[in-house]
Amino acid sequence: MIRYIGRRLLMALPVLLGTSFLIFAMVYALPGDPIRALAGDQPLPPEVIAQLRAEHNLDDPLLLQYLKYLAQLFQGNLGTDFAGNPVSETIALRLPITARLAIVAIIFEIIFGITAGVLCALYKNSWFDNLVLVSTTMVVSVPVFVLAFLAQWLLGFQLGWFPVAGIANGWFSLILPGLVLAALSMAYVARLTRTSMAETLGADHVRTARSKGISELRVVTRHGLRNALIPVVTFIGADLGAMMGGAIVTESVFNIPGIGRAVFDAVRNQEGPVVVGIVTMMVFFFIFFNLVVDVLYGVLDPRIRYE
Amino acid sequence: MSDELPTPTGVRPGGPDSGAEHELLDLVEENIEQATLWGEAWKTLRRNPMFLIGGVIAVLMTLIAVFPSLFAGGVDPRDCDLTDARQWPSAAHWFGTDLQGCDYYANVIHGARISLSIGLLSVVGTMVLAVILGTLAGYFGGLTDSLLSRFTDIFYGVPLLLGAMILLTVTEERSVFTVSLALSIFGWMTAMRLVRSSVITVKNADFVAAAQALAATTRQILTRHIMPNAISPVVSFMTIAMGGFIASEATLTFLGIGLQAPEISWGLQINVGQSRFSSAPYLVFFPALFLSLTVMAFMLMGDALRDALDPDRN
Repeated sequence: MIRYIGRRLLMALPVLLGTSFLIFAMVYALPGDPIRALAGDQPLPPEVIAQLRAEHNLDDPLLLQYLKYLAQLFQGNLGTDFAGNPVSETIALRLPITARLAIVAIIFEIIFGITAGVLCALYKNSWFDNLVLVSTTMVVSVPVFVLAFLAQWLLGFQLGWFPVAGIANGWFSLILPGLVLAALSMAYVARLTRTSMAETLGADHVRTARSKGISELRVVTRHGLRNALIPVVTFIGADLGAMMGGAIVTESVFNIPGIGRAVFDAVRNQEGPVVVGIVTMMVFFFIFFNLVVDVLYGVLDPRIRYE
Repeated sequence: MSDELPTPTGVRPGGPDSGAEHELLDLVEENIEQATLWGEAWKTLRRNPMFLIGGVIAVLMTLIAVFPSLFAGGVDPRDCDLTDARQWPSAAHWFGTDLQGCDYYANVIHGARISLSIGLLSVVGTMVLAVILGTLAGYFGGLTDSLLSRFTDIFYGVPLLLGAMILLTVTEERSVFTVSLALSIFGWMTAMRLVRSSVITVKNADFVAAAQALAATTRQILTRHIMPNAISPVVSFMTIAMGGFIASEATLTFLGIGLQAPEISWGLQINVGQSRFSSAPYLVFFPALFLSLTVMAFMLMGDALRDALDPDRN
């Protein structure tokens, strides 16, 4: 197990470096000029431009720029944005907000996704099953930004149940964006749970449990659900790793100052250090959660062995 | 693929009864093989209501995209009259008029072309990258496979929208082509993994060994024998991906990073319409409806195709 984790971490390192170089190269090597983007409409005096270019190593060859960046990175320095604020400070400020949003979304996925999936498996081809099939198809088809807009308008504006945007009301204002962020995965969780649960309920051990006279509730929860949830847990874990990417759209529409909004603003302003820093961190979480899931898989399902 | 010859009785069209040339026979056999593979899938598909609904919408949207002025009744989407601005849907303007007084129905109809073009171009770009890299990695294995797979992992970690966003921002050029290119560059990884694993399965098949025994070159084996057989598992995925790319383009455009003003795009229409939502909700409703229906059509078809082409999964 330890060896397995070690090997996976070792394999993750070149991927992490590769991704950060990919983003770095895109931000710094392509024609867009970050200093010009910074200046906006007002032209900067040439001395200021020269100083800014020197400060951000923009005149070095690309690979040298990247190595300088890496050297700084390993000393825990993620660089500064053009206004002089350390990128690490931005992350420390924004990450907790996105983390809270992700927690709300995961709770939605678990509660609604799994419940719907289990009920569908128990009452296959009932009206409820068909309702879930149709509504998950619709949720998957409607683009997230349209969904966000609909939720904002219906639940926030018309019915007035939830705040429309911003985070002034703490956790409460995260319910609507959390629901939107979770919507797509909720649909997948429901379908995955349905398939997996239906398969488990037809398995021999469940039939045996029933024949022993165990109550139906116990059969479903202890013998069925426990086994059926293994692929679902895997999906949710991997989804958690991908959530920061999904948060870009949600946070932009709902005006939530999280990490997704931060990277969106940074991309638009072409603030290289911020983009590279945040994306590298996102990829790190992505790889990390996938590793956690793979390890967890073995814990949940003792049949799986790591050599 | 199978060793036994297909029984030609009844299937042979017209029947080349005497002195049929080998070449022709081979051709007929090949057609029979193809007909049975896709024939089976088609039998399943045409009884699947989900596939039929998706198929009808997709065909309709494609027709709209190819002949927009036909569907718009000859109304020019850019022929606007400011005095007619923001009128609710009526007999004269089925979907109302937009902020500039343009006929909104004509605008929404003309939006189909951009969405479908970008979806199709992105799918083609993705397929090219995925098939080339996936075939190389799967067939050669070893170091080539390791390097190409790690290369894929690097791109896999970057979310599609984020990667496309960065690329489009720094290149500062937003056309149908660049948006499709950006979506392809950050959207090929799952397809590559599918191709790779199906190539690994196919390369040990008897007909590949037979081709090798006949001294076929590597290039021939790859292009004639492996690629055609490895592609079918990717077809259903790419159909779903087409819907995904169309949604991604609209999202990028909605966020102000995709296409820009003189272009007619659903994402752009929703973006403009959202500020007037309380007084003119139809400005968001119609493009969003067309967009969602189009995405849904490809998702439904892809789902059904996967079930039909890959029965082992269920």
